[in-house]
This record gives sequence, C-alpha cells and structure tokens, in this order.
Amino acid sequence: MNLRNIVDKIKPTFEKGGKLEFLHSTFDAFETFMFVPNTVTTKGAHIRDCVDIKRVMIIMVLALVPAFLFGTWNIGYQHSLAYSMHWNFWQIIWYGLVKIVPLYLVTYIVGLGIEFTVAQIRGHEVNEGYLVTGFILPLIVPVDVPLWMLAIATAFAVIFAKEVFGGTGMNIWNPALIARAFLFFSYPSKMSGDTIWVGGLHRGMDAWATQGGQLADTFSGATPLANPSGYSVAEMIIGNVPGSVGETSVIAILIGAAILLLTGVASWKIMVSSIAGGLLVGLLGDVPCWHQLIMGGFLFGTVFMATDPVTSCQTECGKWIYGFLVGALAVIVRLFNPGYAEGMMLAILLMNTFAPLVDHCVISVSLKRKARKFNKIA
Amino acid sequence: MSNNINLRKGLNVPLAGAAAQTVSKVVVPGVVAVKPSDFRNLVPKVLVKVGDKVLAGSPVLADKMAQDILFTSPVSGEVIEVVRGEKRKLLAVLIKADDVQEYVDFGVRNVDELDAEAVKAALLQSGLWPAFIQRPYGIVANPEVAPKAIYVSAFNTAPLAADLEFALAGEAANIQTGIKAIAKLTEGGVHVSFNGKVKSQLANLQGITAHSFTGKHPAGNVGVQINNICPIRKGETVWTISPVMLAAIGKLFNTGKYDVRRKVAVAGPMVLSPAYIETVPGMSMKDIKAFYGSNEAQIRFISGDALSGANVGVDGTLRFQDNLITLLREGNEYEAFGWAKPFRFNQFSSSHTYFHWLLKCLAPSEYSLDTNLHGGERAFVVSDVYGKVLPMSIFPVYLAKACLAGNIDDMEKYGIYEVLEEDFALCEYVCPSKINIQDIISKGIDTMLKEMA
Repeated sequence: MNLRNIVDKIKPTFEKGGKLEFLHSTFDAFETFMFVPNTVTTKGAHIRDCVDIKRVMIIMVLALVPAFLFGTWNIGYQHSLAYSMHWNFWQIIWYGLVKIVPLYLVTYIVGLGIEFTVAQIRGHEVNEGYLVTGFILPLIVPVDVPLWMLAIATAFAVIFAKEVFGGTGMNIWNPALIARAFLFFSYPSKMSGDTIWVGGLHRGMDAWATQGGQLADTFSGATPLANPSGYSVAEMIIGNVPGSVGETSVIAILIGAAILLLTGVASWKIMVSSIAGGLLVGLLGDVPCWHQLIMGGFLFGTVFMATDPVTSCQTECGKWIYGFLVGALAVIVRLFNPGYAEGMMLAILLMNTFAPLVDHCVISVSLKRKARKFNKIA
Repeated sequence: MSNNINLRKGLNVPLAGAAAQTVSKVVVPGVVAVKPSDFRNLVPKVLVKVGDKVLAGSPVLADKMAQDILFTSPVSGEVIEVVRGEKRKLLAVLIKADDVQEYVDFGVRNVDELDAEAVKAALLQSGLWPAFIQRPYGIVANPEVAPKAIYVSAFNTAPLAADLEFALAGEAANIQTGIKAIAKLTEGGVHVSFNGKVKSQLANLQGITAHSFTGKHPAGNVGVQINNICPIRKGETVWTISPVMLAAIGKLFNTGKYDVRRKVAVAGPMVLSPAYIETVPGMSMKDIKAFYGSNEAQIRFISGDALSGANVGVDGTLRFQDNLITLLREGNEYEAFGWAKPFRFNQFSSSHTYFHWLLKCLAPSEYSLDTNLHGGERAFVVSDVYGKVLPMSIFPVYLAKACLAGNIDDMEKYGIYEVLEEDFALCEYVCPSKINIQDIISKGIDTMLKEMA
C-alpha cells in the first residue's frame, strides 16, 4: 500500500462530519506538504506555472541553511574559545546542536501551533510563511536566550504581528523581527551586553559543557559592534566572532544571497540599495564605511529580512528608496545612538511601517507623470 | 510606419501541440448555437421561434438595451431549440444547418461611396456590429458613440494562437474593404499593429495608421498595444476589432453575404494531429471529434487560448470572436512532493525556483501542460511577479486590490478603463499565490458597468 492510498483512507476522518474534523487544517497542511493537490483551474488561465508559495518559501529556507550551519558551528566554537577548551569539530557541532535545536523546537512548536489553530478557526489552509519566520527567528537571537522568553516572543509575533492582520501576506511588519523587538524591549538584560552572545557565559550556565574550566582571561564576549577593534576583518568575514546565531558569517550569508538572487526570490534592488545606504552613512563613522556591512546583523538583515516581499515596498522604484533608507537608518542608529549598538532591526521595522507610504508616493508621482505625458499627445 | 515598440516584459509559454499550417478539414456543423454568453453584459431578446427557417445572416437575437444591434445566424437552417436555464435565462439558440447554405443578400456595395451612417446600418443589419469590442469594459460597442479610434492587432502571441498570416491568407482584399468601411466610423483613424519581426501580407493596407511591436506575449494583445500607443483615459471610448472579423466585414460589402467562415486552429497537447479547420462560430466541439478521439472525460475544451479562453466543455461551441480551439488534459491527480523536487522537467516555470533552468539542454522545448493548479490559493506574497509579464503602464496588484475592495475611485486611478481580463492572463499564469486575477478584474469591470451606467 503506498502513501497516497493511506492518505486517501484516513482523509474522511478529517473532513466535515468526520471524528477529527477539528484537525482538518492540520491534516490538509500535511497532505499538501506531501502531495501537490489534485485541484484543477476553475477560472481564468487554464494552465498555471508550477511555482507556488511552498516553493518560494522552501527556497528561502534553503538560502538560510548556510547561515544556520555556520551558526551551529560558531556556537560551539565560541564556547570552546571562551573556556580555552580545545574541542574537535564534532564536539563543537555537538554543543552547537544542543544549544540550537531547543530554539528551533520552541519557535516551530509555538508558532506552527498557533498557525494551525488559527487556520482551523478561520477555515482556511495553513500558510507556509511561518516556515521561514520560524527558521529565521533562532538565527537572530542570542544563543542563551531563555526558551520561555522565546516562546512568549514567538507567540506575540505570530498573533499580534501576523494573524490579527489576516495571516501571511497581510502583515505590516516582519514577524521574526517583531519577535526580536519584543525580546529586546521586554527583556533587555538578555538581549544586550557582553555576556549573552556566547553560549554558557551567563551565570555559569551549561556547567556540563565547561568541564569545570574557567573563562579565559583574554576572552571578552563582546560583538564586533561593541568592540570594533577587537576583531580582524578576516574574522568578521568568516564569522567566528560572537553575535546572534546566524548573523556573524559574511560568507554564509552571501551564499544565501546568491541563492535568493539566482532564483529571483528576493529583490536585488533592495539588497543593492540597502548596502549603498549603509556605505554612504558609514562614511560619517570612525571605522571604514565597509566595516559597517560586515559587522553585526547588517548583512543578514539586508539579505533575508529587508527583502521580505510582504513587508517591503511593492513598487520597483519604491524598493530602491526603501532599501536605501533601511541601510542608511541602520548605520545612523549605530553611529549616533549610544544606547543601541545595533540598528538593523529598528531600521527594518521602521521602514516596514513606512513602506506603504513610499509606495503611495511613488505611484502618485508615476500617475501624474503619465497624465502629463498623454495630455501632451492629446 | 511609426518606430517599432519593443516590449521587454512578457512571457511565451511553450505549450506543446501547435497547429500545422494546413486546413485538414472543412467542418460543416450539424447544429450551431448562437449564444448570448459570447458577449459581455448582453441582455438578449430572442427574435425567432422553434421551427423558423433562417438564412445565414438572418437575425436571431437582439440586444434588449439597443435593439438595432442584431445577432444573426452563421448558417442557414431551421431553429430547433431555444435553450433556457435558471429563471428562464437564455443560454443558446440552436440552429440545424441545411446541407446547402443560403445567404441573406445584403447587396454588393462600393464602400467608397457609403457614408458613416450607411456603413453603420449595414453592419448592424447584418449582425457584424458585435465584432466591435468597446474599451473600456469589453462590451459590444455602442453605435451612438463615436470612438476616439479603432485598434486592430494583426498578430497573435498567445500560446498556440492561430497564425494570422496563414489563417488570413488570401483575405487581404476583404480586409482592405473592411478597413475602408470602419474608418468612416471614427475620426481618430484605424490603428493596426503589426509584428515587427514578420513581413505581413497586410503590410500594404491603405488608410491605416500602422504600428509595429516586438516582444513576447502579450505583445499581440490589442489592449497592451493601445496602452503603449495612447492609453485610454476616463471618458474616452475606443473600439477594437479582430482581423478575422474585418475580413468578414469586407466580405459583406464585396459579396453581399454574412460570411463568418474562418480558419480555426485546433491545437494543444491533447489534439491527435493539430491543424486548422474551416468552420463557423457556434460549431460544437463534438464536430471535431476526429481531433481528440474518445477520451473526452480527460480533456478540457477551450474556445480561445489556454490562458484567457473559455472552458466550454465537450458540449460547448466556438465563440463568436475566436479562431482557436485548445484541448488540454485535465490534471486532476496528485504529485508526491512536487513542490519540493529540485527539478521538474515535465513542468514549465517562468520562475527560477526549479533548477532545470540551469540545465536548458535537458529541459524540453515544449511542455504538455495540464490544468492542475499546482498549489493552493494564498494571499498576495511575492510582489514583482505580475510586473514582469505585463507591459502596460499600470499597477496590476493595486488595481486588483481596488477591484476586490470595490473602490471605484481607485479602480479609475489604477487603470480599469484600459484593461480586460485577457491582459492579466499571464499574471494569473505566473502567480505563485494562485490568485484568480482575471476573475477579480472581471468583477471589477462588472462593478464599473453597474455603477457608471
């Protein structure tokens, strides 16, 4: 008996009137995950492109995988460095997995749980958007963030940043960044400082993995943003520095960017203009302007979060403006606000808010120009 | 000829089953249908009873709102049924064709000597008036309104579309007569758009403003051409007419007959040997059984092209304006992990998310696409997919949202006057969210018709 027959056999249980009708959305989500549905076109174009939102989202996840893999390694590497332990590769990866898997379990169980429930209540299909949100979220938090905080932040973001607006495609702000902002403002002691970016520094956590070792004298735990002179350019590009889990490696992020651009899933205009904005404002700082690109979350934000098609600008011209302002604002916050070392999250959220306004202006100008052009002809 | 306009946006969907350039059959339909549904927003009035004898060109229906607009029989024969649906809505008038066709004699006339009123009267009386499609809204043109201009697209770019150079071979003289006639109905001239890459047999037409377009589909759509020549603004009216109908108008004046016989391409992956047939509109799909064999339950019958045609079913008929029948396979089966496969060589995707675009040598040049939706409907997520295939200076997503909201001001602002459903067919094809945007636009136009009437 093949898989399709099994699915067909249990399907009526989940349909209307079946015993497990309350799990209909969940069943449907798993069924469409395994099988492209047999629905045919009923209106309009009779043939359709084989790309769907599932495909778009899985490409996003694929692009994030290099950052995830490097992040996993870097968690272990930073920990072993902090305690002067000479771990081999597998020990490093093991520690990294022990730290990162719980983060993923929490974000996916909490987030998908809410998504499935809401889909069932509303009676529509489960949206795939959370696959990406849930994959990004652990990559943009400090490794030692308490799991219950992450759970609350995830729930807050999914409910109040997404579902109240109508789900994926309707949200104003990037849900993953809303979750991070929630953590940042609600639990600042767990989200900033020098002791949170490396696993096990905080209050002697993870004693099992420190093996009684003491912190190395020379180890600071500060990120390159807080301590720009502490790290070499090569380290910042490779990414073996403290920071949020997935943000540190320029190389891993650029591999992701290449995947996104080759597949056309993310907008190159936003990436290019964001980098241009960051470089331009970076000229005002003490460090060389291009250092702004390789420190902190600038590149991760530019590649994976500013390009979120739902919350960024919809018009092509608007994308240039939006991207430029994201990059510029992020570096402005870094340079001129002594309170916050990093500005990428706030810059993107601020521009998410103003993206519809930018679009409105772009369209107004474009319509006026068109009217003028054809008044001349007529 | 004005300079060539090259449209960089667009997409040619490589659908398999293009029609060979031969007329494999002259189909004389047993029963033809005259259907009000071929015309948007038509409230029909039946002028015949069961048992009436009609000639080709005898009036069958009239427009209840403008009763001088007549819809005539394409064949001579006997009315055998007036088909009505719910609430006695008229669905079709069925006419059994005679073996020998007889035509109403409208009289051979020299177009040069006719004035606008005489041309108008001749077209209304013969039933060729409904060949004029009015923009905005895509309804049958109102004879009371003088259009700003009349637009003709002399080439097709839709998937498997009939090649007009072949389908209209030998019709140049008739088309010339047609042009002369309709030129009297407008002061803005008759604008004919040619394919910039092909030397058309119609290139020597007199009395036209010629334009030249190159580019992928939808460069051949008349709506796209109008938008690039001179967009329609609020309060303006333009008419469009297809070259096939122009030839029929020419024949009306040159021969005195209502003769809408045309070469129709029968194409698509499910056609056994794709080729042209010669027939009349209203022909039943059952009359071309030789082209598809016996597995009709697995076939979708489309009058028109695969992107914007109508699913008429095996009992359906060829629509008044169409010269293409597309037969597709119904794709009502599951595909395990289809969306997760790295390659899908049997599917065509304009996006680069399936990696067979990297292996062009292995991918086929034509695809036997079926009617599977390939996913479920979602909200608008990806933002720039429509713009890439729509070479018009409008904002498709904003227009669609205005239509969904029923916001008339916004619909006007974003260009509802310029568009018809067919212009969005490619947007619908490429949409990863599987949004039925043609349906959304259609409802928007219906709203406008209701509100602006």
